[in-house]
Amino acid sequence: MNVYLDNAATTRIDPRVLKAMMPYLSEKYGNASSIHALGQDNNLILEQTRAAIAGLLKAETSGLLFTSGASEANNYILRGIMSANKAKGKHLVVSAIEHPSVLQTARELSRAGYELDIAPVDADGRVDLKALKKIVREDTALVSVMAVNNEIGTIQDLEAIAQIAHAKGAYFHSDIVQAIPYLRLDLKKMGIDACSLSAHKFYGPKGIGASYVRPGIKINNLISGGEQENGRRAGTYNLAGIVGMGTALELAYKERSVYLKDVKLLRDYLWKSLKKEIPEIKLNGGLKYRSANNLNIRFGRIEGEAILMDLSLRGIYVSTGSACSAHNLKSSSVLSAIGLADYDLNCNIRFTLGRFNNKKEIDYTVKNLKKTVARLRAFSPVK
Amino acid sequence: MALNYTKKTVNHFLKPKNVGEVKNADAQIEVGNMVCGDQLSFSMKLKDGKIKDIKFLSFGCASNIATASLMTEKVKGMTIAQAKKFSWKDIVDDLGGLPKQKIHCSMMAVEGLQRLINSYEDRLKIKQA
Ligand SMILES: Cc1ncc(COP(=O)(O)O)c(C=O)c1O
Ligand code: FES
Repeated sequence: MNVYLDNAATTRIDPRVLKAMMPYLSEKYGNASSIHALGQDNNLILEQTRAAIAGLLKAETSGLLFTSGASEANNYILRGIMSANKAKGKHLVVSAIEHPSVLQTARELSRAGYELDIAPVDADGRVDLKALKKIVREDTALVSVMAVNNEIGTIQDLEAIAQIAHAKGAYFHSDIVQAIPYLRLDLKKMGIDACSLSAHKFYGPKGIGASYVRPGIKINNLISGGEQENGRRAGTYNLAGIVGMGTALELAYKERSVYLKDVKLLRDYLWKSLKKEIPEIKLNGGLKYRSANNLNIRFGRIEGEAILMDLSLRGIYVSTGSACSAHNLKSSSVLSAIGLADYDLNCNIRFTLGRFNNKKEIDYTVKNLKKTVARLRAFSPVK
Repeated sequence: MALNYTKKTVNHFLKPKNVGEVKNADAQIEVGNMVCGDQLSFSMKLKDGKIKDIKFLSFGCASNIATASLMTEKVKGMTIAQAKKFSWKDIVDDLGGLPKQKIHCSMMAVEGLQRLINSYEDRLKIKQA
């Protein structure tokens, strides 16, 4: 049996999404910028999809720009807004648990002469609002806080954060990659000025995402070349990907309530079973402000990568922290930001459930994990 | 970056040799790596100048476990002089290669071996003094 419990790394494409994409990879191959009918038919689809996505997010259509994914969107928004708004100020604030495509970009900006402050989080990973209030200043141009964390699933109080940013005239950007469809989003009402999106996290294709920047906000162009995206990002439109993302987002919100109930039921069942079957485990972060698909668990006395490999050899796919941190040796900065001691940083496994999981798989996982943990603990030097 | 372990590495990870603690050990040490946080604990017993028994405990990644397992297997029966020459490259070669970011795991195993020998020799010196 193979069990995929790494849905925060990526998801399997929904067959209905794939089906919607196929025509644009075959007979409807026209370049959406071409003047002839094969191009213009696709241009119509492109703009319809843009409007549909903006509609689902309660955003203004003209602010939506298609990118290769959220890493690109995060880079574009941070660099583009900071460099275009120097008149307002050169101060940038990001939370301590941002995805590397935000955190790393922010650090690069600070080396390039911008001023960076990192907003601390509490034990659940929620931004400390009192601290944030003190950090945001008159010359803060942008505050960036992700909606849902990719490692521990923390849900932020986006409206409160937006208010704190706006009180000082700063823009608020949120990486909403892991929030679809876990949060209902209304960008306008929530005060989100900019956001980043990636289709492969919600059963869409890889290599397509979007950035949203509220029209009127100054931002520098991303890629020079042709006139696509009003000259902001040159490059032939990835129409199959765009249609795939549109379809995936539409399905995600159409089927949201049933999906959330199912995924939460399974997630809670996994946590309950693990607590019952495996001693010396702890949940990293609380359950209250946690996305319904996420568990991040600390296994006393044994190392995360060894657990991951052992499970992988049993056909169970999980991750330690995030997929990005799996290959550099440094332990999770998210877990250290929520206050884990150094010696606890290497014993953690992230389980992220999704639409295609079922109870049988969870039972199989718990049964095998029990063996894995017992095997590794048998020769642990940690008392 | 790829993280593919060879079959041999996987086998040592799944069925590690020489796990545990040697009784009445002549030397016992711990090694760790500050960056990855992994640790190994080794114990060793000598007889007639040769490594009679060597065992390990691991709080570490798959290749930490596999390299320690292979190392103990290889050095058992060696003289101290032979064991001193045992290199992490011998481990990497024997396993058919390790991913680049996992080379340090083999170094930790060998560091453990060298520290065991040092600790044994120190004790010997103190006894003789
Ligand atoms: C929170 C978050 N932001 C950004 C990204 C990057 O997305 P992409 O793979 O589309 O570049 C990911 C996932 O990798 C993520 O989890
Ligand atoms: S990652 Fe450091 S010992 Fe393996």
